[in-house]
Amino acid sequence: MSRFFIPQDTTALALGADAVAAALMEQGVELVRNGSRGMFWLEPLLEVETDAGRLGFGPVSPADVPAILTALDKDVSSHPLFLGPVSEISYLQSQQRLTFARAGEGDPLCIENYRALNGFRGLEKALQLSPQQMVDQVKESGLRGRGGAAFPAGIKWQTVLDCQAEQKFIVCNADEGDSGTFADRLLMEADPYQLIEGICIAGLAVGATQGYIYLRSEYPVAHRVLNIAIERATQAGYLGDNIQGSGNSFHLEVRLGAGAYICGEETSLLESLEGKRGMVRAKPPLPAVEGLFGKPTVVNNVLTLAAIATIFEQGAEVYKNFGMGRSRGTLAIQLAGNIKRGGLIELAFGVTLRQVVEDYGQGTFSGRPIRAIQVGGPLGAFLPESQWDTPMDYEAFAAIKAMIGHGGVVVFDDSVDMAAQARFAMEFCVAESCGKCTPCRIGSVRGVEVIDRIVADQDRDNNLILLHDLCDTMEAGSLCAMGGMTPYPVRSALAHFAGDFAATAGSCSEEN
Amino acid sequence: MEQARSQQSQVASIVDQHRDLPGALLPLLHAIQAEFGFVPDDAVPVIASGLNLSRAEVHGVISFYHDFKTHPVGRHSVQICRAEACQAMGSRQLETHAKESLGIDYHQTTADGSISLEPVYCLGNCACSPSVRIDNRIYARVDREKFDSLVADLRGPK
Repeated sequence: MSRFFIPQDTTALALGADAVAAALMEQGVELVRNGSRGMFWLEPLLEVETDAGRLGFGPVSPADVPAILTALDKDVSSHPLFLGPVSEISYLQSQQRLTFARAGEGDPLCIENYRALNGFRGLEKALQLSPQQMVDQVKESGLRGRGGAAFPAGIKWQTVLDCQAEQKFIVCNADEGDSGTFADRLLMEADPYQLIEGICIAGLAVGATQGYIYLRSEYPVAHRVLNIAIERATQAGYLGDNIQGSGNSFHLEVRLGAGAYICGEETSLLESLEGKRGMVRAKPPLPAVEGLFGKPTVVNNVLTLAAIATIFEQGAEVYKNFGMGRSRGTLAIQLAGNIKRGGLIELAFGVTLRQVVEDYGQGTFSGRPIRAIQVGGPLGAFLPESQWDTPMDYEAFAAIKAMIGHGGVVVFDDSVDMAAQARFAMEFCVAESCGKCTPCRIGSVRGVEVIDRIVADQDRDNNLILLHDLCDTMEAGSLCAMGGMTPYPVRSALAHFAGDFAATAGSCSEEN
Repeated sequence: MEQARSQQSQVASIVDQHRDLPGALLPLLHAIQAEFGFVPDDAVPVIASGLNLSRAEVHGVISFYHDFKTHPVGRHSVQICRAEACQAMGSRQLETHAKESLGIDYHQTTADGSISLEPVYCLGNCACSPSVRIDNRIYARVDREKFDSLVADLRGPK
């Protein structure tokens, strides 16, 4: 009998995957709990291994199971949930998957399965190289940090390699707090060994022997998966002392955050790892020079470190050949919010936002027209339709005062009140500011009040001037992006959706 | 009295288990909260002396992070995502409904002690919003009806 697959990632579970799995077990089939492929509108996505490849059905409910089993014995294509071979679903087939190539293939915690899919090849190659050769590979690949700041990873690694210290650290930033993002979570849940491999390579390259994954507490499934994966990777000799007989050591531990968005900022994260309030540090000194416990530290995002495994396995040249301009490799776009087909879309840099929301997303979930798209999380600009043809490239987005950030794309339909969204941006900053910089801590409180006065039509012109002035102060006077970029969603809402800020605003005024 | 003493000795033993961990305070607070449901005021001096910190430093960390509670909470934690992707799918209406139907605001507990309601900013389930987390399980596409049926199972005295 062929094997059946039902994902066990957070979204599949949230849509009832366990109940479908139970229904399949009742029928006595051989069931694998795989990771999701990131086509979340199809979850729970049932896959069946056949001579014609892996066939898909979705979204499946427990009640569908008996009929699907019957259809498999007779005319499979007659079942209304039949999707054909999963690899030929155009949403997936048209992607350029490097980092997420393995997601959904099998049991994410099966180390043999990971090895069979070219896992740990990058680490094996890295063990043949000198630390400088390893860092040169990363520079050659053009990889830039995927957490949002897009700093060249190779330069950061070089700084840490060049530091003389008895202890260095690798810190993986898994505090994926931006709304609309879930790529780190999916990677950790669907392919955790790839992250472990990348972190281990980073340790070998810069001479660090201890690593931490700082994981947000909002991700209980990823927490469980990572802890098991680390234990198994250690047993298999890919972590711990004398890695694969090389004489090198590297130890890895997961540390849980405690619900503070600001801890996604790297210096705040380091403070938190040290057991303190997550207060942002002034730079310099850079974390690469004085990071965790004052020691040289590489802080990289989950996707940056996962890409390292691919770069070492396939070569820097292969990776570099994806992308445009100075944005090399692939971008994990996370399509979310009010969208018909939300999910993970990995493509070379350069695809336009319109292609993402129209070709992949197929418009809104509600069926109403799209009005605004927020890219890059709560600190990203709201983009009106006139800007949807911008290619997704770090520089192209910066040129329109927007940012790609961690690749989250949140779609809003025409029922959205953009003044309420601008107010929320300030409100979020009130809740999440670490409090170190006055413009962020107090400016955000004043920002909420000023927006309320504008919407209530109190001394409107002067309050608009005041709001822009406040935004200038926050942008110029904050140490990190929390205060420095909260003005982005506010100003973009004002610039492109000004009508929503009028006292008599209807819900659908359009100025763009 | 007896109960208080046993709580203090449990705290002391958790502190002992974490004392030698680099950056021990967050893992330690998580462990205490996992045991008691919140971080009791009495635990603060024990933690402080165990980790060689001032009580103010320990208190400062507890108050900085949304996760750490200083008062007893309900038997179940219900978190509603307030972030943008969920807002785009109606989470503002969902939170209004949740507060009305449970008769409590955020950071409050129902009178029967069954549910504490909390806001959360993103559960990483943004392609199938609105999202709700109940204890360690996350639920997708939660509308009013689904919310009502989810919480119905949690209600009532112990």
